[in-house]
Amino acid sequence: MEKLSKLPKLYLVVVFIILYAPIFYLIFYSFNSGGGMSNFESFTLEHYAAVFEDTRLIVILINTIVVALLSALVSTAIGVLGALAIVFMRNKAMRKAVLSLNNILIVSPDVIIGASFLILFTMIGLKLGFASVLISHIAFSIPIVVIMVLPKLQEMSPTLIDAALDLGASKRDVLTRVIIPFIKPGILAGFFLALTYSLDDFAVTFFVTGNGFSTLSVEIYSMARAGITLTINALSGLIFLVTVVLVIGYYAITRKAKTPHSEVKK
Amino acid sequence: MNNKPLRPLYTIPYAAWILLFVIAPIALIIYYSFFDLAGHFTFDNYKNFFSSVYLKLTISSFWYAFLITLFTLLFSYPTAYFLTKTKHKQLWLLLIIIPSWINLLLKTYAFIGLFGLYGPINALLETMGIGKQQILFTDFSFVFVSVYIFIPFMILPIFNSLDKLNPALIDASRDLGANSWTTFRRVIWPLTLNGVKSGIQVVFIPALSLFMITRLIAGNKVITLGTAIEQQFLVTQNWGMGSTIAVFLILFMFIIMLITSSNDRGTTINGKIK
Repeated sequence: MEKLSKLPKLYLVVVFIILYAPIFYLIFYSFNSGGGMSNFESFTLEHYAAVFEDTRLIVILINTIVVALLSALVSTAIGVLGALAIVFMRNKAMRKAVLSLNNILIVSPDVIIGASFLILFTMIGLKLGFASVLISHIAFSIPIVVIMVLPKLQEMSPTLIDAALDLGASKRDVLTRVIIPFIKPGILAGFFLALTYSLDDFAVTFFVTGNGFSTLSVEIYSMARAGITLTINALSGLIFLVTVVLVIGYYAITRKAKTPHSEVKK
Repeated sequence: MNNKPLRPLYTIPYAAWILLFVIAPIALIIYYSFFDLAGHFTFDNYKNFFSSVYLKLTISSFWYAFLITLFTLLFSYPTAYFLTKTKHKQLWLLLIIIPSWINLLLKTYAFIGLFGLYGPINALLETMGIGKQQILFTDFSFVFVSVYIFIPFMILPIFNSLDKLNPALIDASRDLGANSWTTFRRVIWPLTLNGVKSGIQVVFIPALSLFMITRLIAGNKVITLGTAIEQQFLVTQNWGMGSTIAVFLILFMFIIMLITSSNDRGTTINGKIK
């Protein structure tokens, strides 16, 4: 493979600067004692203090985390069952149809998901708020879990299940002692992606959230529409930190997951 | 796989999900598109969609989505290409992906400061002698921020297809006397077309339906199909018209999916012929 010459290297450097500049710009001004994002007066942590003193914001933060964790858990459970259902489907055309239905929510624009869920919840008579947001997040996370788990299931040799059955394992044992351990990396990846999808979602939540309930994205949107407040900057500093930790965590999980995987194969 | 452990029971939640959250919502959108504000059955929404206002909106929405996709591709392809040539390419790729995990709203909000009248870009323009410019609330800022947001999503599929490319093919092309440009045009580009197609797919469809960037950065000057849907649903409360626009957006989505769907067999055949 040829080595990179100077120009491409410079290009990559520029790309990285552009990608990170807005993020570091936000974080930089989160320490500004002045009111805006234009001139840096002096270093202060008051905006971070403001984040932690704002009980409304803390409640919203907790809401966001609770919705993300719950929706990721439930969607992982349903998604794994869905992936199992697809893999054990005999009819090829049927499998293909179910897979395309599965992918519709992944490719659909958020606005359409949000609008259609809004109609659905109103028709059913569900009050908009925590429940509607949670249900929507579960709904749009399920296909992602399926997509993450499916390749692992397809990778698994059917002889593994036959062997377990021959050795006297019950069908339940096959599921909990053979299949689940084998597809664990896929399940973890699915759970993690569902978590980040939920934390990151704005458009869908914006449609199905009522007056009394809000998540971080929706709150940031309304704050940003009102103008620049350095509280958002402080918040973004904290979120950036958490994101980096999550990414490292995810990397560690997927790296580690490769080891038990090979153990099963033995 | 030829065994069926507990099939009916464990299929229920997933099947229920497909019915309730995939099929029912689309059906409801189509159903609602036939009702007017007063709740009467009507085809007026469809008639209205083909009026000049909405037609113009659709065309401008497509134009912006096209521009956003084009610039994202022009920027991302070289990035992905150079990335595959770096030493620790997986690490660099991860670094490219990290910004896409930062909340979309925060990144957009950053540009309000960056592009603002007293922001660093304007300060730079002033020292260069160009003077302050209104950057925020223009078409330029809308396209720029959108491209910024979509870059990682375009790089990823292109990187993957470039990474899979057999380097022997490039050597072969060189040995047969092709220069770099010909090698790129006749070998590398066709073989990575699938990555480009899925990149276009993940950028173009969302670009048609952006609404929060238009509100925060374009100052309501740019109206995309997404903005129109949001407006009809949450501001005007005209669910019928909103649903009609959504029906067309779904239609466009399927058409784009059909055009950009990567036909694996076709490309290998192409590769063989060439």
